[in-house]
Amino acid sequence: MKYIDEFRDGEVAKGLAEAIRREANPARSYHFMEFCGGHTHAISRYGVSDLLPPNVKMIHGPGCPVCVLPIGRVDQAIRLALEQGVTLCTYGDCLRVPASDGLSLMKAKARGGDIRMVYSSADAVALAQKNPNKQVVFFAIGFETTTPPTAVAIKQAAALGLKNFSVLCCHVLTPSAISSILESPEVRQWGTVPLDGFIGPAHVSTIIGSRPYEFFAEEYRKPVVIAGFEPLDVMQAIKMLIRQVNEGRAEVENEFSRAVDRDGNKKAQQLVAEVFEMRKHFEWRGLNILPYSALRIRSQFAEFDAEKRFPLGYQSVADHKACECGAILRGVKRPQDCKIFGTVCTPENPVGSCMVSSEGACAAHYTYGRYKDV
Amino acid sequence: MSEVRKNYVRPLDIKHGQVDMAHGSGGRAMAQLIEELFAKYLGNEYLAQGDDGALLPNPGEGRLVMATDSHVVSPLFFPGGDIGCLSVHGTINDVAMMGARPLYLSAGFILEEGFKLADLARIVQSMAAAAKEAGVPVVTGDTKVVERGKGDGVFITTTGVGVVAPGRELSGRYAKPGDVILVSGTLGDHGMAIMAERESLGFESPIVSDTAALHGLIEAMRASGADIHVLRDPTRGGLATTLNEIAKQSGVGMMLQEKALPVTPAVNAACEFLGLDPLYVANEGKLVAICAEADAEKLLAAMQAHPLGAAAAIVGTVHEDAHHFVQMTTGFGGRRIVDWLSGEQLPRIC
Repeated sequence: MKYIDEFRDGEVAKGLAEAIRREANPARSYHFMEFCGGHTHAISRYGVSDLLPPNVKMIHGPGCPVCVLPIGRVDQAIRLALEQGVTLCTYGDCLRVPASDGLSLMKAKARGGDIRMVYSSADAVALAQKNPNKQVVFFAIGFETTTPPTAVAIKQAAALGLKNFSVLCCHVLTPSAISSILESPEVRQWGTVPLDGFIGPAHVSTIIGSRPYEFFAEEYRKPVVIAGFEPLDVMQAIKMLIRQVNEGRAEVENEFSRAVDRDGNKKAQQLVAEVFEMRKHFEWRGLNILPYSALRIRSQFAEFDAEKRFPLGYQSVADHKACECGAILRGVKRPQDCKIFGTVCTPENPVGSCMVSSEGACAAHYTYGRYKDV
Repeated sequence: MSEVRKNYVRPLDIKHGQVDMAHGSGGRAMAQLIEELFAKYLGNEYLAQGDDGALLPNPGEGRLVMATDSHVVSPLFFPGGDIGCLSVHGTINDVAMMGARPLYLSAGFILEEGFKLADLARIVQSMAAAAKEAGVPVVTGDTKVVERGKGDGVFITTTGVGVVAPGRELSGRYAKPGDVILVSGTLGDHGMAIMAERESLGFESPIVSDTAALHGLIEAMRASGADIHVLRDPTRGGLATTLNEIAKQSGVGMMLQEKALPVTPAVNAACEFLGLDPLYVANEGKLVAICAEADAEKLLAAMQAHPLGAAAAIVGTVHEDAHHFVQMTTGFGGRRIVDWLSGEQLPRIC
């Protein structure tokens, strides 16, 4: 496939692996966090770690949209479907996220909830248009990449004068999650999580640009290299990170220049600003309550806000006691360090959210890499 | 219907008519539906017996193989086929994968009240054509009707009977370390053809289902004299799931070569677009064969010489592994597990 295969070429990978080996100082180790689930998936799916020298380690980050979705939010979506009788639309990965009482959206569907998987927010608007007698709610999740399409859906619904469409807005912001990791005692005070740099988001950066990461590079002295989601992108970014560390630099560099510039997509940013505003605080799974880390719908579009249209009230729910998703999302633990990994918690019966999506650290390790543990 | 006073019965309005509850009542309406639709297209000497069951000749020496498969595909009509031919091919293939010569089929229809007779006729004609082409007649059947909203147009269950020659034995238990894994052609065509037709997805593609009966290809493979240990059709769950089943049954591990896997550019692109992996997408006209290493090239040549195996390829090897992992050397140069399909990738694919 043109423009895809070029970035998955095994021969180029061999050369790059050799270059990384030459670049890396054998006298030290390197620990880099790939923020995005997209990178986690690419690393596991293509076996990128097999091509890295043993002193270069990757730490999985929190950038998996369904992984950071707290139980309380999934509970709200389930209540909308089961108690309010709405047609609830959401992206496929959301369906299996474990919620309270052993439920998930998929199990709620089996109990009679009208829950539909959609590939885009526009499909949810179309469904509302087609079924004027049914309340349709779009359960909107994700980082900055999925936010502009939700904004478009709300504006479309407003233009069409739809009275039966609303959005349960759970959009979250990447920079807040990165701050939270850098501010965590494990990184800042105790040094128990060695962190030499970040592979910066691919698709998120196409929207927000590379500028927002400059603060992290400067303030925390951590190099950031923005990289595409293809395996060669990841390897090239690792090489660039090693070079920065070796030269004592902490800068934002852009490996994904074919899609990302410093300012990002201004039009998308304006659209998002028009429809959404900051929430004062928002609960994340694993990272707890983070200030100014998520978006809500502006009062101007209040009629499309499911939290205002339906009596929903947010209730925080603790994760399963043995589940280590929180620590895994912060890079403190690895999936195989969790007691219930692969025993109680499997892709068929996920206990924690990281075992759900193919972008989740646990699911990626279970699905692609568990042969390394035996 | 009386043979004497034909005109006293008003013929079925196949053009505009719909299935109603009477068509499953056991009464005259049902008899008419059977006669003017099912018997008309599927007719053969066994179906014409008109009794509660078909009386079939003793197939002679060998052992009987029997397999059954229910079909609930949505949409009913898709590029490259429909639920009718699919229900014939699916069951013939299950019988054939046991090394058997498929002989007869049965067909059970669950119809939803209000289903268009024109669509039903199209489906039955497609079944008839598929059965005729495969040389496997539908010898007995059943029809039930459920109320509107209790079904989804039509569900079809087919059962197949075949006979396997003495001495022949194939099973998912017989893969041995050192064996070679072959596939008969490109992967994922059926699943992606269905996916592209689903209205909610709204993308157009040139992908056509690969639905086909494979017993002819298997005969050609056997004629090559290769020592085949396992045959299986990678339907739901795709090649990945099928290989995991075999690895578990045989108590072995497998190693695939990603670069060797045949996938068309269109399927590859559609999978990329939807975030799917062709290894997990259903096939309806492909098989996996596992044979002794010494026979692999001979078997490959026999497969490639048959129209249904033209794109056949050697894709991996079997080895000892107490964990029964199916693994793959990625095109990128790394290694990973090729796991069982987790959850539901594409509902109602066949």
